[in-house]
Amino acid sequence: MTQPPLLTVSDLRTYFYTSAGVARAVDGVSFDIAAGETLGIVGESGCGKSVTALSILRLIQQPGRIEPGSRIMFEGQDLLQLDDAGIRRVRGNRIAMIFQEPMTALNPVFTVGDQIAEVARVHASASRREAWSRAVEMLKIVGIPAPADRASQYPHQLSGGMRQRVLIAMALVMSPALVIADEPTTALDVTIQAQILELLADLQQRLGTSIAMITHDLGVIAEVASRVVVMYGGEVVEEARVETLFAEPHHPYTEGLLHAMPRVGRRQQRLAVIPGNVPPPTAWPSGCRFRDRCPYAWDRCEREHPPLYQIGAGHVSRCHLADEPERRARKHTPAAASVSGGAA
Amino acid sequence: MVGAAVLVLLAVLAVLATQIAPYECRTQLNIIDLKNVPPSLAHPFGTDVYSRDVLSRIICGARVSLTIAVLSVLMAATVGTAYGAISGYVGGWLDALMMRVVDALLAIPRVLLLIVIATLWDGVGLGGLILLLGLTGWFGVSRLVRTLVLSAREDEFVTAARALGASNARILAHHILPQVISPVLVAATLAVGNVIVIEAGLSYIGIGIRPPDPSWGSIFTDGASSYSSAWWVWLSSGVALVVTVLAVNLVVDGMRRALSGRASVVR
Repeated sequence: MTQPPLLTVSDLRTYFYTSAGVARAVDGVSFDIAAGETLGIVGESGCGKSVTALSILRLIQQPGRIEPGSRIMFEGQDLLQLDDAGIRRVRGNRIAMIFQEPMTALNPVFTVGDQIAEVARVHASASRREAWSRAVEMLKIVGIPAPADRASQYPHQLSGGMRQRVLIAMALVMSPALVIADEPTTALDVTIQAQILELLADLQQRLGTSIAMITHDLGVIAEVASRVVVMYGGEVVEEARVETLFAEPHHPYTEGLLHAMPRVGRRQQRLAVIPGNVPPPTAWPSGCRFRDRCPYAWDRCEREHPPLYQIGAGHVSRCHLADEPERRARKHTPAAASVSGGAA
Repeated sequence: MVGAAVLVLLAVLAVLATQIAPYECRTQLNIIDLKNVPPSLAHPFGTDVYSRDVLSRIICGARVSLTIAVLSVLMAATVGTAYGAISGYVGGWLDALMMRVVDALLAIPRVLLLIVIATLWDGVGLGGLILLLGLTGWFGVSRLVRTLVLSAREDEFVTAARALGASNARILAHHILPQVISPVLVAATLAVGNVIVIEAGLSYIGIGIRPPDPSWGSIFTDGASSYSSAWWVWLSSGVALVVTVLAVNLVVDGMRRALSGRASVVR
């Protein structure tokens, strides 16, 4: 606890200036990651979790912009204040990213060995030969059989799971302090998912890397994360240790997510859903951004944008229920349900 | 395949022109007895009004015409690729500015522009002609490359490369240009045919390659003055032009087919 966190994101705001208006995709997000810990970032599509990830490495492209006032402190420096060469020294070297789609994140015209070696050549200015043997070594570490042969193959010659292992190898070449994994298992089938998660956990233990695991899958979170940040509407709506979050979720959105999770051994006619969709980031509702879909919403939720209430130790929630807990008894049909009839 | 064979043959002719040509290209053999001799065994394509062997001149002309075409297209493709790649990759206002410049340059008819410059620049010569044709030929290529780069830079592996700390120069050279190169190759080959014709045109009106140096255009001019009495002069240079351009186009078609087939099987 005396050690400062490895990464501190504070008041991160990333806006996109589109013809349809300003999309406030990430709107005042703060969290931190301790050295060696795995932080889960959950939320459904469009809640801003991927944009948060890209913002940390400053990979936001026009028309997106990280607003002034945002701070991303990493190893004692503000990543947002670095010049181009400075941020390039961080990317892939101290912070690496694993992308969702292992086919498109690899260049089809280079061998996977070349692509892993490239990282070493960029950051360690290794010779061609050194970089290549490093690449083979990395393939071995991520559990690819016959790594020397695989290194000279092209991405299309590898299966999806192997390609994801290659991406992990690329991310770990420089033994980064932090790995941001943006839905690393979404494109894979379930058995491979489990293997990849196991691999990540194993490598984390051995290398002491921190991981930011971005996903919409609470099952993944339960498996790997120690702490969870739940995002909704470009904001953090709840943050807690993983056991706390699953046992006593506070925010109605988290509650909804947990209910929407299928469980083995519990037969249900229909899977519970959260009615409605994430509103467009160009027009967040006033007050609480979740109120249209919330079964507890009352007039205060429309008037007043909820702050992050302290619920317990290391547990915060952006919901007025913290202030008026008796309202939890008064459950009703959310506004969005009557409009859309509930989206699947 | 036929196109490629013809082009290879032409290339060999061009490189070894002086060794292959039966006579020295500029020598007037016998201005009285060998003037405008029709095709015969000694002179398969006949001789021209100055008693020069037309076959030899066509072969030397191949060297001149192909040198000009290949070098100027190489130059145009290089300039155009660099320009288009920067424009497409950087984007924003720079892209808009660079593309408006290309629009303006494209609005000027190329042949007209060439005629004006070549006329003002008295005695352009081989190097000058290559430079002129190169510098007026890259506009189209730059637009093509820009479009390709625009789509290539959105690929996820480009973002992945950036996330791994690759510099812009490295991303352009390693991840984007390899994807752009084949369409540029097709366009450049097509341009070779085009440039051969333009050069012939310029030489024909006397502002390209000047006599007595042979180029297919200037040989055609020599034959034009006596087009009915010595038809073999203009006909042979004309046929050489047509066959070459046709071969180039056949090769381009073949390349297109090969490339479109490759799109489905990524190698």
